[in-house]
Amino acid sequence: MISNEQILAMDLLAWKIRSRVIEMIGIGKIGHIGGSMSVAEILAALYGYKMRHDPKAPACPTRDRFVMSKGHAALAQYAALAEFGYFPLSELSKVKTLGAMLQGHPDLRLTPGIEANTGSLGQGLSIAVGMALGLRLDGYGSRIYCVVGDGEIAEGQIWEAAMAASNFKLDNLVVFVDYNRIQATDRVEKRFNSNPMACKWEAFGWKVLETDGHDARQICEALDNAEQIKGVPTAIVAHTVKGKGIPFAEDTAAFHNGSMTEEQYNLAVRLLDAKKEAFACDI
Amino acid sequence: MQNLNQRKAYGEMLVKMGAENEKIVVLEADLGKSTMSILFQDRYPQRYFEMGIAEASMISTAAGLALTGKIPFASSFAVFATGRAYDQIRTSVCIPHLNVKICGSSAGLSDFGDGSTHQSIDDITLMRVLPNMNVFSPVDALETEKIMEAMMKIEGPCYLRVNRNDLPILTERGQPFAVGDVYPVKKDGDITLFATGVMVSVGLSAAAMLAEEGISLSVFNVPTIKPLNVVSLLSALEGSRAFVTAEEHSMTGGMGSAILEALSGHCTLPSKLLGIKDQFGTSAQGYRELLDHYGLNAAAIAEAVRTLHERGIGQ
Repeated sequence: MISNEQILAMDLLAWKIRSRVIEMIGIGKIGHIGGSMSVAEILAALYGYKMRHDPKAPACPTRDRFVMSKGHAALAQYAALAEFGYFPLSELSKVKTLGAMLQGHPDLRLTPGIEANTGSLGQGLSIAVGMALGLRLDGYGSRIYCVVGDGEIAEGQIWEAAMAASNFKLDNLVVFVDYNRIQATDRVEKRFNSNPMACKWEAFGWKVLETDGHDARQICEALDNAEQIKGVPTAIVAHTVKGKGIPFAEDTAAFHNGSMTEEQYNLAVRLLDAKKEAFACDI
Repeated sequence: MQNLNQRKAYGEMLVKMGAENEKIVVLEADLGKSTMSILFQDRYPQRYFEMGIAEASMISTAAGLALTGKIPFASSFAVFATGRAYDQIRTSVCIPHLNVKICGSSAGLSDFGDGSTHQSIDDITLMRVLPNMNVFSPVDALETEKIMEAMMKIEGPCYLRVNRNDLPILTERGQPFAVGDVYPVKKDGDITLFATGVMVSVGLSAAAMLAEEGISLSVFNVPTIKPLNVVSLLSALEGSRAFVTAEEHSMTGGMGSAILEALSGHCTLPSKLLGIKDQFGTSAQGYRELLDHYGLNAAAIAEAVRTLHERGIGQ
């Protein structure tokens, strides 16, 4: 049973992730707002609830792993990692600057807590398959989590990996589909239709769960349920909203990798600041 | 009898090293009977992963295995292992500098019958342009074994280029192997040939032809394409008036280019590069016939050496 306090803590974490992402992008600079906002609750549930991980021992071999296959959502992951103390919060302000620990896309050699280099889309799920095979050989019982985008799954390699995962019966592997229905240039349905979603994964031999990707309780329950599924990998189709929480960026391709005007930035900060009261805390 | 086949050496070494090191895992894209990685499956099925005809996913999966401390060897035909999976080698493996070993089998023109789609004339170029990647091209089956041992000592990405056909043994079991060094097969010539893979034995034939004409040619085997040891290259050129390079690969960005890059600023000797001239492969009934078609034979090497020799007369 997931307590209300746990859910509140994850909502708080998701809110913090959003605030940090807005701060990192700032005024007039380009950044992946849309896809970072859509995965905030998924990351909160993984890092804050489900995954066995220890920022003080980031290389512990028995840890659970998370691979952000849609590497352009790195900002959200950086925010989560900083929140858990993988590196100082002060690193966030240096993101994407020359010599920074935090690159435009995840780099495991530079950033504590990053598990794979992604950003060239479609590769993360295969990397996660490799981790799942390796950790199963070790018998650690570690679990591997991966997030792919609904635009990203046009990459054929995703389906090579999907076939491999069911071939190898990788029940230690869970993939989230960030089902926000918008890719870089427009709505998925208009641009390159990757639907229908759930039956594709089922056809590839996966157990499919569906959830509201912004409801921390539903996500946690799906993660708990996935642990009970044996013999097949699990895909959680998370129904999300691109740009969630930032009204001008919601459900539009304009902020896939967009820049905010000063007014937009101030509005985003004001809206996120208003959450402080709800959570009765500062960041 | 000594094994003459590099593919067989690859498969047998996987088994041998796999017995000594449990971290070794092997991935294959449905060509295991040809790459001979299947020998490993017979012995260690739990550590062998048939990835299907999906080279891109195979390489990224190898990266994931490396991230759990395993030492993955992934094999396929050289064209597919490198070209089909190029971006996966780049992003999943080389940028994070992961300990993934890739074997490109049936490399060069050695799959003579299958034609342009299956003949890798570009794998050396593709692999050596990648930062962090090490590139090896053995001359014989014995050297294949030594290179695999050397690859185990490198904590990082390695590419091994393997010939499909039986090749003569030109090295000795006890002969040391150091990454980056070039090795004399025939010494003390006026002109030096740097050759890799099958072209080393072809170079020896050229040296025999030239000896009858009173021209002495040194033949050096270049088993490492990257990194190249400049000191070793310069020492091979001591006493030489010129050098020739020969490879079963495109001249664009191949071993010859690598040697010229390494020697740039260190050496002003005249040189001539031999290789495949900006074209794809084609089907043929035999390996030698195809090598002849692309001018990868003793006559072509001898002609290049003669030209350099004549240029040098009177100096």
